[in-house]
Amino acid sequence: MSDTTLPPVASSADTTPSEKRKTSLYRTDALTRKRNAAEARFKAYGITAIVIGLFFLVVLASSIILEGIPAFTRTIVQVEFTITEDQFEAAEQELFKTRAYEGFFIASLEEQLRQKGIDAPFDSDAIERLVGKTGGTIREFFRENQDLLGQPVAFELAASSRVDGYMNGRITRESIVDSRFLMKSDLYIVDALVEAGVIRNAFNWNFITGADSGVDNPGGAGIGASVVGSFFMMLVVLFLSLPIGVAASIYLEEFAPQNRITDLIEVNISNLAAVPSIVFGILGLAVFIQFMHLPQSAPLVGGLVLTLMTLPTIIISTRAALKAVPPSIRDAALGVGASKMQAVFHHVLPLAMPGILTGTIIGLAQALGETAPLLLIGMVGFVARGYPEGLIEGFTDPNSAMPAQIYTWAARADFAFYEKAWGGIIVLLVFLLAMNILAIVLRRRFERRW
Amino acid sequence: MKFTTLVSVAALAAAGTAFAGAAQARDQVQVAGSSTVLPYASIVAEAFGENTDFPTPVVESGGSSAGLKRFCEGVGENTIDVANASRKIREKEIAACAENGVTDIIEVRIGYDGIVFASQQTGPAFTAFQPADIFNAIGAQVLKDGAIVDNTYNTWAEFNSDLPDVEIAMFIPGTKHGTREVFEDKVLLKGCEDTGAMKAMMDGGMSEDDAEDACINVRTDGKSVDIDGDYTETLARIDSNENGIGVFGLAFYENNTDKLKVATMGGISPSTETISTGEYPVSRPLFFYVKKAHIGVIPGLKEYAQFFVADEIAGPTGPLAQYGLVADPELGATQASISAEETMN
Repeated sequence: MSDTTLPPVASSADTTPSEKRKTSLYRTDALTRKRNAAEARFKAYGITAIVIGLFFLVVLASSIILEGIPAFTRTIVQVEFTITEDQFEAAEQELFKTRAYEGFFIASLEEQLRQKGIDAPFDSDAIERLVGKTGGTIREFFRENQDLLGQPVAFELAASSRVDGYMNGRITRESIVDSRFLMKSDLYIVDALVEAGVIRNAFNWNFITGADSGVDNPGGAGIGASVVGSFFMMLVVLFLSLPIGVAASIYLEEFAPQNRITDLIEVNISNLAAVPSIVFGILGLAVFIQFMHLPQSAPLVGGLVLTLMTLPTIIISTRAALKAVPPSIRDAALGVGASKMQAVFHHVLPLAMPGILTGTIIGLAQALGETAPLLLIGMVGFVARGYPEGLIEGFTDPNSAMPAQIYTWAARADFAFYEKAWGGIIVLLVFLLAMNILAIVLRRRFERRW
Repeated sequence: MKFTTLVSVAALAAAGTAFAGAAQARDQVQVAGSSTVLPYASIVAEAFGENTDFPTPVVESGGSSAGLKRFCEGVGENTIDVANASRKIREKEIAACAENGVTDIIEVRIGYDGIVFASQQTGPAFTAFQPADIFNAIGAQVLKDGAIVDNTYNTWAEFNSDLPDVEIAMFIPGTKHGTREVFEDKVLLKGCEDTGAMKAMMDGGMSEDDAEDACINVRTDGKSVDIDGDYTETLARIDSNENGIGVFGLAFYENNTDKLKVATMGGISPSTETISTGEYPVSRPLFFYVKKAHIGVIPGLKEYAQFFVADEIAGPTGPLAQYGLVADPELGATQASISAEETMN
């Protein structure tokens, strides 16, 4: 570009009216300035919106991480002790066997502390307040390893949730109120035990691999079993909603005649996508449990209910993906003599695949985070008690799901469970993130340009 | 065609698992009901699973009324075996049960629970209440200058100068909770009688039943808020409102003593001792109901009920008392009635 022919940039104030109408690319007049200002303002609004969004994201993420991190550590008591065969027999005779095992543990811990000469006064009640509910773990161990009876065994057992709170700073000497759960004087014993190396903080593997526990045993609670429950539900959702959804949309999009009936179906699918999820829960209770007699609290039923919820999402996104395939592809295939079905399955469907997969995974992610319908089919409460024994049991045995487990924990009285709920949210978010990454990877792999 | 084969295989597999599931019999006890009983039931369920060879029972929440409704849906594997309740089953519910074939019901009383009034640890000095104070604060119609008028009190000090001069904000259990009934009977109704409002209503031409209904009516101008969720929701409301008074179960309060300050009721402070002696006025028994028809069908059902009320579990030194349940002094009679499978009549 050359600027030799253009008028000078500088303008003088004393121009005649005829000259005023002349415009210059170099001179920005009032209107242009106004338009530029509007554009700059709009950009500023946009940036502000993004900054506000990012701010909330940071606040949310950091509060989740800060609140949830304590769930991933726990305070353990490291102790070596012996249970004799007689003690084992005696404990197995009792009704409340685990309490008896706990008694052995507390007694031997107390004895060891006396030998070590811990420099704080204590009694067995104080020791009992320090340890969590450990009888279940001890009993299980000795029932499986009966040959170790009579020999010293090293255990790492959970401390009580209050000691846990003291170790991670939730409870301080100033804030503690004496109760039968923990006394102020107990904190001196804890300090002495930390010094002696009996009590320490460790990564809480049990939180990731364990199952739900009773309300008086927050140290034993884990999210593992409900992760498995969620996984089996997602399997049901995937294997039912993907084939049904894709088949329905291919038929509607490629084969069905355009008439009142198909219009009606279309409107209904769009409406179904907007139905609140609790409605599907009520439907699930009435149809799957009360009418079909499928088991209560089972991931199978949860999966079926969530399938109903996910189907409209998948059908809508699949139809959009099919519509986006250029008609020339179909015409070319039909033109070289392919049947309609060949044209769809050999040419259209592969091109629509990335859209279908993205829609499916978004639908699954939505289903993964859903609690409301599970309330009605018995998956919320004290449910996730262990891992299923096999594949079939995984579908039919009572289990919970991640969001239901988080909801349950958040409602419990002991504050330690509140931390577990935040920790559970972190695990759930990691799952969702993994699913979204999978969606992006699949999309990239299958994407084709024309 | 590869894709269609894949689709049909997937559909067949899904259908296969569905039928396999339908054919399986239930082998764990299924429990639902009161959220007040839920913590105790979950403690027992965990211990039952750890101490016996039966699978751990499934315990759901949802409120006494919802639990009893599901309990009364009928007999069979697809209905629950045990309903937890923080109140006695009503005649109406027994009738509904009978209509659906649930005739033999075993009632089990597990112990007592105190209902406490608590506020923020650092909030105004709410340390002593009388039932009359609560009634004056949230009753729909109260006695003012000898006449029954709509409740317009704004602060506590307006009717009791011993109480702080701050705005009334009460968070009470919603109507689906069994706790609400006890709150109405033992606090609102009592307060209504104590203030003379009930007598004034009856003098004004109301029948006794109508007056009782009017007494337990709660004002609807936002000074009293129904909480339909759990106590954690009430706690969250109290946390964000320093003038708020919440209604909690004793066990919940005891687990959160660092956040909550409890008030005495009628001059008695709530504790397991004052509740077991009956001195503390606002307490109620907790129950669970067992479907007799399911005993022998669902493995471990009778054993679960027996385990629940065993001395080691529900007694004064057991884990339930440790958590906050007030042990029932007549536990022996309950144990005997479960062994004999005595039903209600």
